[in-house]
Amino acid sequence: MLRLTLRNILARKVRLFMSGLAIVLGVAFLSGVLVFSNGLSSTFDSIIYGSTPDGAVRAQDTEEFDGGFSGQTDQSLSPAVVAELAALPEVARADGDVVGFGMSLLASDGTLVGGTGAPTLAFNYHDGPNMDGDSALILEEGRWPTGTAEIVLDEAAVKAGDYQVGDDVKLLAPFGTLERTAKLVGTAEFNGGGTAGATLLIFSTEAAQQLFLGGKDVYNRISLTAADGVTQKDLAKAAGKVVPQGFEAVTGNQVAAESQDAVGGFLGVIKTFLLVFAIIAVIVGGFIIVNTFSILVAQRSRELALLRALGAGRAQVTRSVLLEAFVLALVASTLGIGLGLLLARGLAGIFRSIGLDIASNALDLTSGTVITSYAVGIGMTMVAAYLPARRGSRIAPVAAMRADISVERASLHRRTVIGTIVLVIGAGVAIAGVRGAPGSDAAWIGVGAVLWILTVAALSSVVGKPVLALCRAIFARLFGAAGQLAGENALRDPRRTGATASALMIGLALVSTIGVLAASLNKSVDDVVDEQFTADLLVQSTNFLPFSTEVGDRIAGVDGVGTMSRQQFTTAQYDDESIYLTGNDDKFDDVYHLKVVDGRQRLSGAEAFVTESFATDNGVKVGDALDLGFQGGTTLTPTVVGVVEDSEVVGEVNVPLDQLVAAGVLRQDTSISILFSPGADAATVRDDVDAAAKSAPIVGVYDKAGFSEEIRGQVNQLLYMIYGLLTLAIVIAVIGIINTLGLSVIERTREIGLLRAIGMSRVRLRRMITLESIGIAVLGAVLGMALGLAIGILLQNALSDDLTSLGLPLGQLVAFLVIAVVVGVLAAVIPAIRASRLNVLEAISTE
Amino acid sequence: MTTAPHQVSPSLPAAARAIDLHKTYGSGDSEVRALDGVTITLAQGQFTAIMGPSGSGKSTLMHCLAALDTPTAGEVMVGETQLSRLKDKALTTLRREEVGFVFQAFNLIPTLTAQENILLPLSLAGRKPDQAWFDTVVDTVGLRDRLKHRPAEMSGGQQQRVACARALVSKPSIVFADEPTGNLDSTSGAEVLSFLRRSVDEFGQTIVMVTHDAVAASYCDRVVFLADGRVVDEINKPDREQILEHMTALQAAAARGKA
Repeated sequence: MLRLTLRNILARKVRLFMSGLAIVLGVAFLSGVLVFSNGLSSTFDSIIYGSTPDGAVRAQDTEEFDGGFSGQTDQSLSPAVVAELAALPEVARADGDVVGFGMSLLASDGTLVGGTGAPTLAFNYHDGPNMDGDSALILEEGRWPTGTAEIVLDEAAVKAGDYQVGDDVKLLAPFGTLERTAKLVGTAEFNGGGTAGATLLIFSTEAAQQLFLGGKDVYNRISLTAADGVTQKDLAKAAGKVVPQGFEAVTGNQVAAESQDAVGGFLGVIKTFLLVFAIIAVIVGGFIIVNTFSILVAQRSRELALLRALGAGRAQVTRSVLLEAFVLALVASTLGIGLGLLLARGLAGIFRSIGLDIASNALDLTSGTVITSYAVGIGMTMVAAYLPARRGSRIAPVAAMRADISVERASLHRRTVIGTIVLVIGAGVAIAGVRGAPGSDAAWIGVGAVLWILTVAALSSVVGKPVLALCRAIFARLFGAAGQLAGENALRDPRRTGATASALMIGLALVSTIGVLAASLNKSVDDVVDEQFTADLLVQSTNFLPFSTEVGDRIAGVDGVGTMSRQQFTTAQYDDESIYLTGNDDKFDDVYHLKVVDGRQRLSGAEAFVTESFATDNGVKVGDALDLGFQGGTTLTPTVVGVVEDSEVVGEVNVPLDQLVAAGVLRQDTSISILFSPGADAATVRDDVDAAAKSAPIVGVYDKAGFSEEIRGQVNQLLYMIYGLLTLAIVIAVIGIINTLGLSVIERTREIGLLRAIGMSRVRLRRMITLESIGIAVLGAVLGMALGLAIGILLQNALSDDLTSLGLPLGQLVAFLVIAVVVGVLAAVIPAIRASRLNVLEAISTE
Repeated sequence: MTTAPHQVSPSLPAAARAIDLHKTYGSGDSEVRALDGVTITLAQGQFTAIMGPSGSGKSTLMHCLAALDTPTAGEVMVGETQLSRLKDKALTTLRREEVGFVFQAFNLIPTLTAQENILLPLSLAGRKPDQAWFDTVVDTVGLRDRLKHRPAEMSGGQQQRVACARALVSKPSIVFADEPTGNLDSTSGAEVLSFLRRSVDEFGQTIVMVTHDAVAASYCDRVVFLADGRVVDEINKPDREQILEHMTALQAAAARGKA
C-alpha cells in the first residue's frame, strides 16, 4: 500500500505540486511570522538586558520606554546622593545618569532623522556596566564625548544624517534654545546589538546636564552596580534607604521587566497582527487542500474501487489517501519553513525601512518554530484531506466495472438545512452583541462573523447558484456557445466551484470588512475634525511628542497670528492608573468652546475640567478634588469645576498650564492652536507660520483639511498594509482556482476533444475556460464582499462610540470586483493553454 | 463479385478523397505504418463502410479524412478543399461547417440538453438553425419528447441518436461515424443504423462509417476493406453473408501472413 501511495504521488506530480504550493505558502507565512516575531523579541530583549544595570534609582512613577510622551520632571539627584550610594557596602559603584527625551537629530540638509517609529534617546556617557558586568555601550568608531560640545551617535543615525566623524551635528533641543550643534567624535551601539531603530544621542555628563538639567551639576537617574555576592534585591533594598524623597531604588530586573512590558504591548500588537494573517493564509490553504483531494479522489474512483474489489478494506483506502496527504504536507511544509526564513528577512527589511531595526542574526529558526510549522502544515493538510479520503473509501467495489463512474455524495439538502440554521445562529449572535449582550459587542460580532464565513463557505455551492446562473446568462449573451458552456461548467459541480470560490471569498470578506471600517474611520475623523478643529491652524509634532516652547515663541511673532493657545499633554497617576492630562494656557478658551455638560470650561488656579467619560468611569463630579501624582513624587489636587463632552483636543483631565509647571513638569508644548487676526490674509499668515516653523522640522503646521488628510494618510497607510498582507490569502486562492481548473481540464479531456472535433476553435476553448474561471472568481468576490459589508456595518454599529459615522467604500468594492475578474483571467492562463494544446484525437480516445 | 479497389460509379461526384495516403508512427525499428498508400474516393450521397481487422488502419484513415489527424504523406480532399494547405483555424472551421461526427461513446456534452447538444455546432459557428430542417432531423431520430433532457437522463441509444442529429443538423457535406453502434445493444444499434440509412436515402447525406460489425456494414451501399494500411477489397450493395465471407478471408490471409 505504501509503495502504491508513493507511486501515486509521483504519477501526479503536477496536480499535487499546485496543492502543495498552497501548503508551502501558508506554512511559509506562518513560520516567517514566527521567526520574525522571535527576532523582534530577542532584539529588544538583548538591548534591554544589555543596557540595564544591576539596579537603578529613578523618579517615582517613571514610565520606562515612554519615549518622552509625558515630558520630564524637574526633580533631580545631587552628586552627594551618588557618593552616598557608592559608599554603601552593597554597592560596588554608582553612576549618575542624565536621560533626556524629546531631542531630535537633524540631517546635514536640515531634515529630521527618525521621528517616525522608534524613539530618539539622549543620555550621558559613563562606563558603568550592565547587569552581566559588561559595558552597556560599545564604541564602534572614534572616542567617547568630553566637554560640552561633543556627541556620539549610532551608526544608522550617522548614515541617515549624512555625517562623518568630525562634522558638526545639528540638533533640536526639547527645552530652551531650539537649535544646538555638537561635534561628532564617534559612533556607538547598545551592548546586545544594534539599536532596534532608535536614534542614540550620547553626550558627556557635563553636556547632558547643560541640555536637560539647566546646567546644574545634578542627575535624574542613577545606575547601581552591586558589590560581589550582593543580589539585585539586596542592592535595591539598601539603596532604597538613602534615596531622597520622590525617588525610588529598583532592581535591574524590574527595570528590564517594565521595559519589556512597555515594548511587549507594542510588539504584541505587531505579532498578533501578523499571526492573524498567517492563520488566515493557512485556513484558505485548507480549503484548497479539501478541494484538490476531493477532485483527485473523484478522478481516481475507478482505481480506488479496483483496490476495494481486490480486497482492500475501507480503512486501507482512507489510509492510503491520507498517507498521500501526509507525504505531500511533509515536503511542502519543509519547503514552506525554508521560504519562511526568507520571508522573515523580507519582513525585517520592511520594518527596517520604517525605523524598526531587527538584528539579522536574531532571525533564525528555533525548534519551536519548526515544530509549530510542521504541526500546522501537516495537521491542516491531514484534516483537510480526511473528508475526501473517507468519501473515497465509500466507493463501492462494483464501480470498478462500471463505465460511468461517480463518487456517491450526500445531497446538498441536508447541508442547506444545517447551514441555514447556523447562519441564523450567527446572525442571532451578532444581533445579541449589538443589542447589548454582556461583554464586548465587537467580540460577539466576531464570533457571528466567523460562523457566517464558515457557513457561507460550506454553503457556497447553494447560495452561489444565483450568482453563477447570472454569470451563465451574461456569458452566454456576450460570448455565445463558449460562454454558455463556461457557465454550465461552473455550475456543473457546485461543490467544487463553491469550495474554490470560498478560498477567495474569505480573503475578500476580510478585505471588504477592513474597507468598511477604514472608510468609516476616515469619515468619522472628518466629522470629528470638522466639529472640533475650530482653530485656523494647528501646530503639532508628527508623533505627538512635546517640543520646545521656542517653536511657539517664534510663531507668536508672526504677523497675522491673532490668538495663539499652547497645550502640553502629559500623563499623571490617578487612582493608581495612568491618565492623560493636559495643561491648557489661558488663551485656550478663546480658541475652543467645548460642549459643557456640567459646570464651566474656564479654569484658574487649582481647578480642573474633566471629560464626560472620565467623570463617568471614575464617579467624579463637579466640586470633587482630584489627587494627581506626577513623576518625581510631586502632586496636584485641583478641584473639578466642569465636565465637558469627550473631545480630541483635550485630555481626560485638564488643568491650567501653570499648574503643570508647579507639579515640576518641565515646560514644553504638545499642541499650538492659532486663530488669525481679523482681516489677516489666511494664505499669507499660513506661509509665514510655515516659514517660522520650518527651522523645527519635528512639527507640522496643519489647517483643517490638512489635518484630516494627515490622519487619513495614517489610516490609509495601515489599510494598505493590511491589504498587502491579505494579498497573500488572495494569491493562495488564485492557486486554488488554477488547481481546480487544471484538474477539471484533465477530467474533461474527452469533452474538450469532442468540442474541438465538432468545430470549437482554440481561441474559443481558451475563452470558455477563462470565463469559467472568471465565474468562480466573481462568485468568491460577490459572496466575500456581501459578507464583508454585513460584518463591517455591524462592527461599525458596535464601535459607534469611536466610529461615529458609517462609510461605504463603494469605489473600492467596484475595484475588488474588477480585481476578481482579473484574478479569474490570470488563474485561467495555464489551464486554458493546456486545454487548447490537447491533441484532439488523443483527447477523444482518452479513457 | 469482387471489383477492383477504389472504383467509383462515375455518375456520383466525390464528397471526399484520399490520394496515396501514408501515415507512420515512430521511426526506425519501431516504425508502424498505419496507412501505407491508401487511395479512395467517397462518393456523394453514399453510405460507405470501412472495415478491417484491428490495426488495419481503418480508424486512422477516417481520422485523416475527417481532418482530425494529419497524414505523413499524401493528400486528403474534402469537397474541393485540400486539407494539407489548411492551418488549425481553417481546419476547425472545416470540421464545423463541412464535417459531422458520431463517435463510439462519449458523444455529448453532459452539461447541455439534447437540443443544445444538437445545435452546438451551429451556435459555435454563430449560425441560426434552419428550423424546418431541425424539426425534420429531430422527428427522423424520434427525439421530439427528449429535447429538454440532459445526456445523463437518456439511454445509450438515445444519446447516440442525439449525436447523429447533431452531425446532420449543420448539413455537412460528409458525416464520419466511428463505430457508432459499438457501445449499443442490437436493438438500439439497429435504430441508429436505420436512421443513418434514412438520412442517406431521404436527404442524400454522405456517410462514412468505420465498423467491424458485419450487420452494421450491411446497411451500407459500399464496403471498403483495409488490411495493413492498404485498401485490399471492396463490395457494393453487400449483404451480411458476403461481408462475413470477406472478413473471414481477410483474417485468414492475415493469419497466413503472420505465420
